[in-house]
Amino acid sequence: MNYIPSKFRNNAVKALLNVNLRKNLTRAISHTLSKRVEVVSELPDWENLRQKAHEIKKHTIENLAYYLDLFEERATKNGVKIFRAKDSIEAKNYVLQIARKINARLCVKSKSMVTEEIGLREFLEENGIETVETDLGEFIVQLAGEMPSHITAPAMHKSRDEIGKLFSEKLGVKFTNEPEKLTNIAREFLRHKFLNADLGISGANFLIAETGSIVIVENEGNAGLSTTIPKVHIAITGIEKVIPRLSDLTVFFKILGRSATAQRFTSYVSIINSPKKNKPDSPEEIYVILLDNGRTNLLKSERLKQALYCIKCGACMLTCPVYQRVGGHTYGSIYPGPIGSVLTPAQLGLRDALLLPFASSLCGKCFEICPVKIEIHHLLLQLRAQAVDLGFASWLEKLIFKLWFIVMRNYKLYTSASKFLRYLLKLGIKPKVKSWSKERIFPELAPKSFKEIWRNQKT
Amino acid sequence: MKIGLFIPCYIDQLYPEVGLATVKILKRFGINFEYPIEQTCCGQPAFNTGYWKEAKILAEKFIQIFSNFDYIVSPSGSCVSMIKIFYPKIILTEDLQDISKKSLELTEFLVKVMNIDSTGAEFDHTVTYHDSCHALRELGIKTEPRILLRNVKKLKLIEMENPEDCCGFGGTFSVKFPEISSDMAKYKVNYILNSGAEFVTSTDQSCLMQIDSYARKNNLNIKTIHIAQILSNF
Ligand code: SF4
Repeated sequence: MNYIPSKFRNNAVKALLNVNLRKNLTRAISHTLSKRVEVVSELPDWENLRQKAHEIKKHTIENLAYYLDLFEERATKNGVKIFRAKDSIEAKNYVLQIARKINARLCVKSKSMVTEEIGLREFLEENGIETVETDLGEFIVQLAGEMPSHITAPAMHKSRDEIGKLFSEKLGVKFTNEPEKLTNIAREFLRHKFLNADLGISGANFLIAETGSIVIVENEGNAGLSTTIPKVHIAITGIEKVIPRLSDLTVFFKILGRSATAQRFTSYVSIINSPKKNKPDSPEEIYVILLDNGRTNLLKSERLKQALYCIKCGACMLTCPVYQRVGGHTYGSIYPGPIGSVLTPAQLGLRDALLLPFASSLCGKCFEICPVKIEIHHLLLQLRAQAVDLGFASWLEKLIFKLWFIVMRNYKLYTSASKFLRYLLKLGIKPKVKSWSKERIFPELAPKSFKEIWRNQKT
Repeated sequence: MKIGLFIPCYIDQLYPEVGLATVKILKRFGINFEYPIEQTCCGQPAFNTGYWKEAKILAEKFIQIFSNFDYIVSPSGSCVSMIKIFYPKIILTEDLQDISKKSLELTEFLVKVMNIDSTGAEFDHTVTYHDSCHALRELGIKTEPRILLRNVKKLKLIEMENPEDCCGFGGTFSVKFPEISSDMAKYKVNYILNSGAEFVTSTDQSCLMQIDSYARKNNLNIKTIHIAQILSNF
């Protein structure tokens, strides 16, 4: 498979026929979604919480520069070093610079989509620094040499059997498909890495402006270890992750776990404030990299900036009928699914991600489930308009819409065209839409249009 | 009270019987309506595909044609959501609250404005109702069609599994991504078949078109019927 957005349709056709993949996806998704309904229905004020979260995010994004400055000021006061990276190259080079400074050889990473976004692991490995994913799902996709297929459940596309086979091949262990045993194998392997790592890298779920804190939620304890055992911790995160107050977390904690993994609450929360010298449970140095990488492109658009409210829960992917069928890899982008189809064009440019905003029936399920109420499906429409404005549509499509427009603009022409098409039909000439017709019969014109019948009745 | 009847272009061209059924219902209740003959398309296909300049001109024309009515009623949740929800996204210079408020999908109009919960129709069949995405998620229409259907004499309404799942049409999506679109139709069709109902109905003929064209190609025994056709069976 060719993992680039321009191959979406080809990839989708293959994925649709991949029985195994579809089985794995269906199983994982239906399980999470049905549990989600349960844990969401426990909160009668769910809609209020969504609204609240939306408003906090909206306020923050409207005043993003202010809150980023505030965060930087407070975090710096706590002894954390802040670096603002314009793009992935700046971010990666900064990490490498720190790694070189401390002579890092082994880096443990906890789950972070932003590091996937900039290709950090590959970059560090190319530069001779062994980099190990410590989140179980990420560990699996790293072993398999794949990309995550979902932003909170990276190995969702794999079955237990496939994971068992992978472990026995790559780690030389006896085959097992029992989740507990598989987890233990990974744990055993990773324990050793944790203890010897000199650099820990994480993402962040939230940055708290008023306190300068980094907040990480997780389920496996690996983020806690990655950020405390190594002497240096680098957190890399998008600029949109900042929120004003610590108390805002009360809203986000209620919606995030439920939306991401159908949990009432994640197992662990780390709130990291400052480095401490000579303490066993804290790194000596903490860095935060605030990554832009196309995010300010979104900020420029009054409508698209909503996409920056995203808390990366992944629920819109699970509920999306397109994602459910083709899985995350098909999109060829780091962030797949509905919100990915908004974020990816901002990162790669719309030309390279042109198909993605069109790869949706606009059913609106993504908006319905989104815990911060992003109108994702409307943003996709906005991007479609941008694509046409920039002249990216095919000449044939442009021609069709030009003709269509001329006809629709003038009801007399519309009436004549309607007669003309029926005349053609009588001659046996039918419009053919090849792409429609493989699995569907193309609908036919009625012998008489409503307008014609109406007119005849009147006279 | 004067009603402007909007018959979407694809109903006009492909399914005139749906328009006629709507007329029959309006007449039965003595509703004072007019069908402005100059109407064509609300602009949705262009809007949906990204041709907003063209859509905007059609939208302005539409508003002009329907400006003198108290309500605009249409047997399509999708086209009504174009007017109500999407016109304000392309026409930024005018206040569209008025046109937004007065545009209503047929069943919503009957139940909410006319306070009608039964059209007096009879339909001696089992029927399952498919929620069109636009009617459901853009306009919030869920109970109105079901109330009217339940009150049709002899009709038995059977809920299918996942009535709110998309049929896969999506306009331009069904042409650009026919494989995914057809696969979505396949699932929908299975839910319908499993319900055991003889007919599937909806507020939106475009969904029914997708369902029907998949079912016919695959020789599946599914009968589609627009809700206006059931409600006008008196
Ligand atoms: S867009 Fe909404 S649902 Fe999708 S990942 Fe972001 S927060 Fe979650």
